[in-house]
Order: sequence, then structure tokens, then C-alpha cells
Amino acid sequence: MRLFVSEGAPGSLPVLAAAGRARGRAELLISTVGPEDCVVPFLTRPKVPVLQLDSGNYLFSTSAICRYFFLLSGWEQDDLTNQWLEWEATELQPALSAALYYLVVQGKKGDDVLGSVRRALTHIDHSLRRQNCPFLAGETESLADIVLWGALYPLLQDPAYLPEELSALHSWFQTLSTQEPCQRAAETVLKQQGVLALRPYLQKQPQPSPPEGRAVTNEPEEEELATLSEEEIAMAVTAWEKGLESLPPLRPQQNPVLPVAGERNVLITSALPYVNNVPHLGNIIGCVLSADVFARYSRLRQWNTLYLCGTDEYGTATETKAMEEGLTPQEICDKYHIIHADIYRWFNISFDVFGRTTTPQQTKITQDIFQRLLARGFVLQDTVEQLRCERCARFLADRFVEGVCPFCGFEEARGDQCDKCGKLINAVELKKPQCKVCRSCPVVKSSQHLFLDLPKLEKRLEEWLGKTLPGSDWTPNARFIIRSWLRDGLKPRCITRDLKWGTPVPLEGFEDKVFYVWFDATIGYLSITANYTDQWERWWKNPEQVDLYQFMAKDNVPFHGLVFPCSALGAEDNYTLVSHLIATEYLNYEDGKFSKSRGVGVFGDMAQDTGIPADIWRFYLLYIRPEGQDSAFSWTDMLLKNNSELLNNLGNFINRAGMFVSKFFGGYVPEMVLTPDDQRLLAHVTLELRRYHQLLEKVRIRDALRSMLTISRHGNQYIQVNEPWKRIKGSEADRQRAGTVTGLAVNIAALLSVMLQPYMPTVSATIQAQLQLPPPACSILLTNFLCTLPAGHQIGTVSPLFQKLENDQIESLRQRFGGGQLEETLDLKAKMSPKPAVAETGTTAAPQQIQALMDEVTKQGNIVRELKAQKADKNQVAAEVAKLLDLKKQLAVAEGKPPEVPKGKKKK
Amino acid sequence: MAAAAELSLLEKSLGLSKGNKYSAQGERQIPVLQTNNGPSLTGLTTIAAHLVKQANKEYLLGSTAEEKAIVQQWLEYRVTRVDGHSSKNDIHTLLKDLNSYLEDKVYLTGYNFTLADILLYYGLHRFIIRKLRHREVGN
Repeated sequence: MRLFVSEGAPGSLPVLAAAGRARGRAELLISTVGPEDCVVPFLTRPKVPVLQLDSGNYLFSTSAICRYFFLLSGWEQDDLTNQWLEWEATELQPALSAALYYLVVQGKKGDDVLGSVRRALTHIDHSLRRQNCPFLAGETESLADIVLWGALYPLLQDPAYLPEELSALHSWFQTLSTQEPCQRAAETVLKQQGVLALRPYLQKQPQPSPPEGRAVTNEPEEEELATLSEEEIAMAVTAWEKGLESLPPLRPQQNPVLPVAGERNVLITSALPYVNNVPHLGNIIGCVLSADVFARYSRLRQWNTLYLCGTDEYGTATETKAMEEGLTPQEICDKYHIIHADIYRWFNISFDVFGRTTTPQQTKITQDIFQRLLARGFVLQDTVEQLRCERCARFLADRFVEGVCPFCGFEEARGDQCDKCGKLINAVELKKPQCKVCRSCPVVKSSQHLFLDLPKLEKRLEEWLGKTLPGSDWTPNARFIIRSWLRDGLKPRCITRDLKWGTPVPLEGFEDKVFYVWFDATIGYLSITANYTDQWERWWKNPEQVDLYQFMAKDNVPFHGLVFPCSALGAEDNYTLVSHLIATEYLNYEDGKFSKSRGVGVFGDMAQDTGIPADIWRFYLLYIRPEGQDSAFSWTDMLLKNNSELLNNLGNFINRAGMFVSKFFGGYVPEMVLTPDDQRLLAHVTLELRRYHQLLEKVRIRDALRSMLTISRHGNQYIQVNEPWKRIKGSEADRQRAGTVTGLAVNIAALLSVMLQPYMPTVSATIQAQLQLPPPACSILLTNFLCTLPAGHQIGTVSPLFQKLENDQIESLRQRFGGGQLEETLDLKAKMSPKPAVAETGTTAAPQQIQALMDEVTKQGNIVRELKAQKADKNQVAAEVAKLLDLKKQLAVAEGKPPEVPKGKKKK
Repeated sequence: MAAAAELSLLEKSLGLSKGNKYSAQGERQIPVLQTNNGPSLTGLTTIAAHLVKQANKEYLLGSTAEEKAIVQQWLEYRVTRVDGHSSKNDIHTLLKDLNSYLEDKVYLTGYNFTLADILLYYGLHRFIIRKLRHREVGN
């Protein structure tokens, strides 16, 4: 027989790895053909690898060739192998060929590649874990392993694409990769060039269409059908029957919360929002709300939990804002701190502490860490040239200088950019520079700055990461970002600024300087804890006993995963470092999907004015949480999700269950006599509850929410099939059946009320009050489904939980917030300051300028909105819109992005 | 034809008396069979092969190593190519390829009728019916 292969054809991998099986049973010749050669006479399109059999028949399917080799060696076909190969052909291959194409032909990276195959990889991992076998079809390596290994090898041989959290997949893959036939096949096909060896072949292939359903990120993932064994069902029934007895006593509330030896101590932080702005939906889902769900869940598990956050208050942006509003920086911080606190209170965020960074503790701890770094030789000094106004006695940030543009001669060029020619300017190059505040001429002075010697700390960081990452729940994007920073090599980073509003630098010659926010903002967590309890070190210098979870949007990963750990490792003071870094992707707003133009959308305080309850906002934001990929806020989708998932699914089920108890049984939970069908349902609910736990333990917040909704779907089906409202009018047996169904349903409702608590705390409390759920059952969630409302339990008054959202209501909100209109296609970034500085020059140029432009874009956006609301003259509106677009263009330039191309016409 | 209906039809033609119940999974509505004495089976061709074994008609899966591999190859072809979201062009190519393959054969494996013939027939049914209808309209 003759095998036809082609350079870089991925199918050669499994085929060559399997060929060894047939050795000695048939003679195998190998011919190499071009990727476009048609080997099989009856196929129109080229296909390799192909095996031509001695009979003249052709095998043109990679799996069929491998199967043939295995069959020749005496292997017998079985169902499980068939199932794996069918899955490989129909599910894995489409996803994988898209991923390989993105990676190899289009040069994409990271989640753009991994996104399309993650679901498939997770499926393999779960299956391996569930069946508890080292190989896909049992205890020994077999056909399924070779076919899947060969398909996956080109991608997974790069550790960046083998998610560490999929540990079962990880070890399966490593085991196979080290086997001799696989190793040899890999060397032959990839020739030690890695995945790029596939290029000559993949380039010639048509672009694969992306696997179905991936484009719509807000849709639920496929629900896998559970299989239940008799044993599982029996265990679920036993747990159910034990009921309330199996609940442990409630742990007493401590104040302050401190770690307890021998317990699970969970310290949760949410990225500190920058004080000078009102937080928007992006901030809320990216940081505080996600962390809140986990904190509430952690408390339901009776883990010893401290959840903290606060406002990040130092920096130029605050100084500027203060000048704008004619207040002192302190007054600005006081004002906005309250605004933030109010918004989070409205959203029901359960902070144990919501502090701020402008406190004496912040100074004390930051200076202590700095001194320790200095003493250990991790701080460098260097000179940076900057403009200084002698009259104001300060170095001028770029936005405080004006002058003549060195390129076009425009008179009012700013210190960072010329408004006329749009070129970027280095402030010291301006002709006739003027201080914007006092109009005197600044001079060029060199200024000394301090740098954190990150290269010197790199090795310690890598050691720590090597210990921390495996088996932890760092999100894949966070791992990827840190890995790419390390791959590029760390550089010294400037940690001082010529400002007044900041933590003073305790070093001679640096009296006029403060620490740059990205050095001390993350220290804010420590100082906020120190203001909460003088025993703060029991949380922050206790890595053995404390599990630290930090929540943020992905642009904050370098500060939390790299800069702070480096500072802390260099300070050598046994600091608690992040065990699980949970980073979200970005949330876009309406048509702002994937648009890079930065701006503002719905603010936290505006959400309150919509008349939509906080819990509905929480639900929808969590439902579309940008977990693993970007997602988009859409008014229409919000309406749909509210009306379908909350009203028709969850609300409908819980309300019906309660109403049946009230109407048919006088408000007392009836006797339940479980049939095998009911027991099966118990086991299904238990299984889904377990999945909810598994997901939340891994901080997969969005997926866990879907698990919960699946339970209520099971519940609705159960009621629908059993029709208690009919049976209640029937024979004695029918009435008993109606009782059982009602009793089981209302107990599922009780379980859901507890599972719902992290997501919708107010609705959860309402359900629990309606059902009169006993207090310990409200505050503890076990991994088993218990009967918490036994026969005879009296429930309270039942009423509907959710309101329908109407089209016109949503339409008017959309108009008000401007979704879907050209000049307002703004995306919300779930981000917090400080931003990673674009280039570390020691001046505040880039971030400050961007901030200024963003503010201007916001202002101009408001002008446009107002004009439109007043139905102003068309030309006037058009002129203001033109200004807005121009500002956006400038912003894009300042951010080093190509200017946004306007996206078509306005939608009407 | 929905996968479940197709499998029920197959059951009948195999002479299996007790009808199985199938559920469907995901957006592609992949059939799932909950077996009595083991885990569930997922996928059209996987379940079909299982039914064939249940009916003690293993010969429908091929007798030699070569035949077995060919049967599985065409079963894969059925679920990836025939069931794929084919454009008109794809369908045309597919029918042309099959026609040219079958030119010197009675069945897909040559002279023996197998499961591959049954499932490919079911799969092509919808195209061919559509084509016929199309012709009627054309005339």
C-alpha cells in the first residue's frame, strides 16, 4: 500500500503515528505530493493524506487510515472509539482548522486563536476527568487517543495554547507526546519549526468558516446531557432525605474578619476604580460586581471571607480635575469617593471594606516597601528632561504647556500634540513655550527619577509564577499577558512623578516628587485593609493561610500579576501574593462592538434612573460577563433576557411552585412520595448543582449562572409534564401525585433562591421570605440538594418576582443613552486606572493627554446629545458632530491606533 | 429528516423490536441514546453502529479490515460532508464525486451492502427529492 502525504499537512501526524501498528502486516511506501495534487481519482478537490490500498481502493479520511492500521494489528472496534472519532470529525476539526488558520496564516494570537477551540478542549478535559481513565477509551492508549492527539498536536505543542487549568487534558497530552511513535511523527511533520511548518499547506486551503455559534457571544453554551447511574440517583435521594439536619451550624459573624488557622481564608479584591470619574457598566461588571458574586458565593460556602475595594485617588488626573472644577484635589476625592460608594451600594455590592488610597497608612506602607526595595538594591536613578515653570515652581505636565508648533507654526499647540497638524510633539521641542497657568516661559530642566529594577527581579518572579500558576484559577488571558511580558523581557520602570498629589518619596533630593500611581495603587489594597483593622498583616503577610483572589479587567493584569509581585518579592517581607488572578475581557456597548474608539456609555448613576431594579442590571451584566471573550451590552438583548430567562423561566417556575402550595394545599408543603422519575430529577438537579459549584470554584461566573437557569428549566418541564393543576382534581392517587410534584418543585425553588443569592441578592431574599425558608438554609449552600421545606412547612404570601420589559420602554432608554448611533458608538472598557504607560519616559505625557482627549470627547458627546434632544438645527448638529469625530480621531492617534472609520449610516 | 427519526427507521429495518428514545443535543441537534447498561452514546453514526451490533448484524459494518475502514470512512463523509452546511456548489461537487466513485461499484464497499449505504442514502435523500421537485417546477 502507498501513503501519499504533503509538506505541512496536519493529517500526516496521526497517520504516521498510527502507521507503526501495521508494521510487519503490510508493506508501506510513502510518497510526498504537492498540497494541490489530486491523488484520489474520484474526488474533485485535493485531499491528503491518502492511503492507496493494494486492492486499488483509496482511504482519504485521516481517521479511516488510522483505523485501518489499528484494524490490521487486530484491534476491535468499539462504541466509545466510534463516538470519539465522530466527535473529532464533526466538532473538533471545524474548530481546530479555524484556530490553526488564524494562527498560522493570519498571524493571530492568544484568545483569538484559543477562543474557537476552548470549548472542544474543555470537553476532552471533562471527559477524561469524568471517566477517571488516563486515556480516552480506557486504560490503554488506543485509536481515539492517536487521532485526537495528532489533530491537536500542532496547536497544543505551544504551551501558550494548552490551558493549564485543563489539567487532565494536559497530562493526557504530555503522556502521548512523549511516546516514541508520536514523537517521531511530530519530528517528521513539524521539523522542529513548530506550528509554522504547517504553513505551506494551510496557505493553500480556503479559509475555514468559523465554527457555528461562536460569533454570538451572549448565547448560552451548549448544555451537555448528563448521564446518571443508579448509584448517583441513590446518593441524591439519601442526601435529600436527610434534609435540614445536614446543614452545619452558621459561622458567627466576626468584626473585623480575620484569617483563622485551619480554615479556608479567602481574601478578595476588586480593582480600585479611579476616583475622578463616575464608574460605568464596564467597570462594574469587570471588577466590583464579579468580585461581589464570588465573595457572596464564598460566604455561602462558609469560607472565611474578606472582600475589599476602594477608590484610587492620587495622580495627575485628580489634580487636573480639581483645577477644572475649582476644588482642591482632596475635595475632588471626597466628592467622588461618595459618588462611587453610593453607586456600589445601589448595586448591592457586599464590600466588607470600601476604602480609599489617600490615607496615612498608604504613605506608611508604600514608603516601607520602597525603603526595603532601596536597601536591597532594586531601585535605580536616572535623569529625564522636562519643562519647568519657575514661577509656579513645578514641572509641567504636558497638558499644562502651550506654544508654537515646531512642525507647522500653529500658535496654540499643546505640549503633547498640535491641534492643527495633528503631529505628536515632545513638550521640550515647543517654540515659545508658555505655562498654561501663569503664562510665563518654562525652562528645560533635567529631573531625577527613580526606577524599579524589574530585570533584576525577573528570576524571582518566574520562580514564584512557576509555583503559583499550575493548578490555580488564573484566567487564560492573565496567563497569556504575563507570559508575553516575560517573553519580551522586563525593563526598568519609572516609579516617580513631578507632582504634588501623591505619596511622597522618602529620599533626599526627591522631596518635590511623589510615587507614580502604578507603583502605589496596588499597595492600596494593603493600606485599605490596614485602615479596617490594625491586624492587617494577618491577611497580607500570610501567604500560607490566605487565598488571594484579585478581580480586574485584562488591562490591569501587568500591575497585579507582575509589578506588585515584583515589588513584594523584592521587599522580602513575606507578602501574600495573588493566588488567583481573575481578568475579564472587555464589555462593548451596543454597536461599539470591537470598535476601538474609547469613550463613555451608561454610567452607574444613570442605571438607577432607568427604573430597572439593580438586580436586573446585575443579572444581565453577569449573564453577558465578558468571560473568555469580549461581549456586548445591548438594550434589546437585555429586554430579551429579562423576559425569557427571568420572567418566563426562573420567575415563572418559582412563582408557580409557590402558588400551587398556596392554592392547592392551603400554604402548607404537601407530603412527597418520590417515584423513580422524581428521584431521577433529584439526581439531575444535584448534578447541575455540583456543576454550579465546580464552575464558581473556578470563578466561571457566567457559566454558573447558566447552570442555575438549567435547573429552573428542568423544574418548568417537570411541572409541565406532571400537570399538578389537573391531578389535584382527580383521584386520591392523582391528588397524592400533585402533592409530590408541588412539594418537590417548591423545594427546587428554595434551592434556586440560595443559588441565586450571589447574583440577585434582593430577589433571593424576596423568594426566601415568600417561602419562609428557615434561616440556616438561606445562608449555606451545600453540594447536595436537600429537602429544606419538609411536608407541613408553612410558606408565606407568594407574588410575582419580575416585571416584563416593554419594547417602547427599552427603545426610549436606547434613545436616551444613544446606542446604535454613529457618533455614540462608544465602547465601555472594564478598566481601572492606572493605565500601563505607553512608553516609560518619566513624563506624564501619553496617559495624561489621552485622558484629556477622552474628557473632551465625553463633553462633546454630551453637547451633541443635548442638541439632538432639543431637536436643534440640523447644520448646527452636523457641525458639532464633525467636531466630535475630529476629537475621536485625535484620540485614536494619541493612542497609536488607526483612526476609526465611521461605520455606515445611522440606524433608524 | 431529524436524526432521531432516521435512527428509528434504521431500528425498524434492522428488525429491532423495542424502540429506543432519543434526545437531541446542541444547536446541531446531535442525537443521544441513553443505553440501559452503560453511559449514553452521542452521534448519528456512533449510535447507528451500536444498533447494528445490537441486532447482531455486524456484517453491515464490513467483514475485512479494509471493508470496515471504508464503511467508517463513508459514515464520516455522511456526517461531515453531506450534513455540513453545503452550498449548492458543494452539493453539486459531492454528487459528482459520488457518481464517479460508484461508476464501477454496486455498493460503497464494492459488492456488499453495508451501513454506509443506508446512512448515505438517508443523507442524500433530501437533496435528491429537492432536485426532483426542482425539475417538476422547471417543467
